[in-house]
Amino acid sequence: MTLTSASTNPVAPNVAIVQPSRLTLTLRYLRRNKGLAIGIAIILALALFTIIGLLVIDPKKAYPLSAALKQPPSLKYPFGTDFFGRDLLAAMVVGMWQTAFIGLLAGGIGTAVGVVLGFLAAYFGGWVDGTIRTICQILTPIPVLLIQVVVAGSLDKRDVTIVTMAMIVAMLAWMGPTLVIRAQVLTMKERQFVAVAKLSGVSDLGIIFKEILPNLLPFIAAAFVGQVFGAVFASFYLAVLGLGPLREPLLGNIIWAAQSQGAFFNGWWWWPLEPAFAMILILGALALVNMGLDELANPRVRRTE
Amino acid sequence: MNIRIVARRLLFFVLVVWAASTIVFFIPRLSPRNAIRERFGELARTGGFSPADVEKLIASMQQQFGLDKPLLEQYWQYLGNILRMDFGYSLSRYPMTVTDVIAQSLPWTIGLLLVTTVISFVLGTILGAVAAWPKAPGWLRSTATPFILLTGVPPVIMGILLLFFIGFRLKWLPLGGAYSVGIVPTWSWSFFIDLMEHQILPALSLILGSVGGWVLSMRGMGITIQGEDYVNFAEHKGLTGRRIFRDYYLRNALLPQVTGLALALGTVVTSAVVVEGLFGLPGIGTALNLAIRANDFPVIYGIVLFITIAIALLMTLLEFVYPLLDPRIRAN
Repeated sequence: MTLTSASTNPVAPNVAIVQPSRLTLTLRYLRRNKGLAIGIAIILALALFTIIGLLVIDPKKAYPLSAALKQPPSLKYPFGTDFFGRDLLAAMVVGMWQTAFIGLLAGGIGTAVGVVLGFLAAYFGGWVDGTIRTICQILTPIPVLLIQVVVAGSLDKRDVTIVTMAMIVAMLAWMGPTLVIRAQVLTMKERQFVAVAKLSGVSDLGIIFKEILPNLLPFIAAAFVGQVFGAVFASFYLAVLGLGPLREPLLGNIIWAAQSQGAFFNGWWWWPLEPAFAMILILGALALVNMGLDELANPRVRRTE
Repeated sequence: MNIRIVARRLLFFVLVVWAASTIVFFIPRLSPRNAIRERFGELARTGGFSPADVEKLIASMQQQFGLDKPLLEQYWQYLGNILRMDFGYSLSRYPMTVTDVIAQSLPWTIGLLLVTTVISFVLGTILGAVAAWPKAPGWLRSTATPFILLTGVPPVIMGILLLFFIGFRLKWLPLGGAYSVGIVPTWSWSFFIDLMEHQILPALSLILGSVGGWVLSMRGMGITIQGEDYVNFAEHKGLTGRRIFRDYYLRNALLPQVTGLALALGTVVTSAVVVEGLFGLPGIGTALNLAIRANDFPVIYGIVLFITIAIALLMTLLEFVYPLLDPRIRAN
């Protein structure tokens, strides 16, 4: 009972409270927040698969007529090949990389726009707030995926690339983060430390960047993961409908192609199943991380030791 | 609920429909693609028209669709047409109008959506309420877990997995289509069973992934409510557990769920669209799928706009349901 002896004996010298290192604390938190830990583990595993794959495999194999046709999984082709002669292992590696690219780019754009608009609305209030909020509220009930179908459908097929995909997905996905960040800044603005900063003559920008932004980081991180999830899902949705960049081995495109060729009816079961499982892993991991970060950002439900 | 609130809700509905129509009107016009030219270009390649004739045809079609007028005039006319639910003609199934295409496929979609949404909402809400209720038996509380695990799985993927494992491997249920090939639709019992068998897999792919979401939100709500004073008070009054569960706990937790239902409508409909396409059910989703493959732009835009309007309308209607559930709103 070192603790009691220390407290009963006030002259006990140097009872230093050892503050565990940051890493230990993080790891300890991850042990309590298992969902977050599992989600991060899956994402790391997928990233490892993609990176090693990109280093080892020839990306050309992910495109048509580079391998034998319609081979079931074997030693030579661990994931099999498809109707168009793509090595599905290579296609999965490239597809995974493209999915990550779209997710990060679109998620990043959506979050950045959301953070800026949310800040503007909450910090300046008045008609700025009114306009931004009204636009968000009017756009929110519109099913964004279907509007994205219109956008992707209006484009020339040759113009649809991985980057345009990301743009289409990001274009209508900033309303969620805007509203979340706005609400957080509104509560943050009323806190005393902001009042103190204002009274000490800190400029608007100083308050935004030095006082409010650091406190918002957990919320921004949670919004970002949510946006990445949304972007991956939306690009997958468009691709499954046949609106993706058809030549690219995007996971949704592989499923669309398999479906168009009647893969199950012809017994090529591995063709649609592999991207389907990969997508479950990606979306499941992102959902777990998202929920875990929500918990981290919201101290009320955060699990303590 | 006074007249001002009703008016504000209706104004909001009109604004949503206007915004959606405007987006759907302008986006295609910003793109260099010309639907009619593409359509007749295809015809010219396959049908052996001379290029001059095709140009004449295109010009006359442009005139018929009003595409030669100034943009603003087109826009006003278009808004007027939307008001009358007139979305123009289908290009690939001319002379059918887009409204005909929608009307033909709508009953299938409504049937599927109504059944799956009601089942997953009711099942998820009950399971979530039970999962948060400390006095419920353990086995019942853990029933929700498998559904929670399936939450992240998109309905299309769920459909592919069900199609493969239950349809192909086990051969328990049919693989697609609305009813068996060669059967004539009649009002008979056997046809009805055949019809239902074809609906099970699409319905399951929509239900399995969405129950978990309702469980999670209801469970969270339930846990919050258990700490409330009025639940404690009811317990100390000596009310039966069942009464507390129904009147103090379920009823209070239900309101956010209904709000959630309104917000989820968009997701529900968009997932149904792609699941229908996967299973080849003759609903709106398949119509959209075919239109995308055939570059039938009026049908694509019409369906998107129709769904948006329907969702906005349903959301507005749900807002009018809140006062029935919550006396506090009724009083204001």
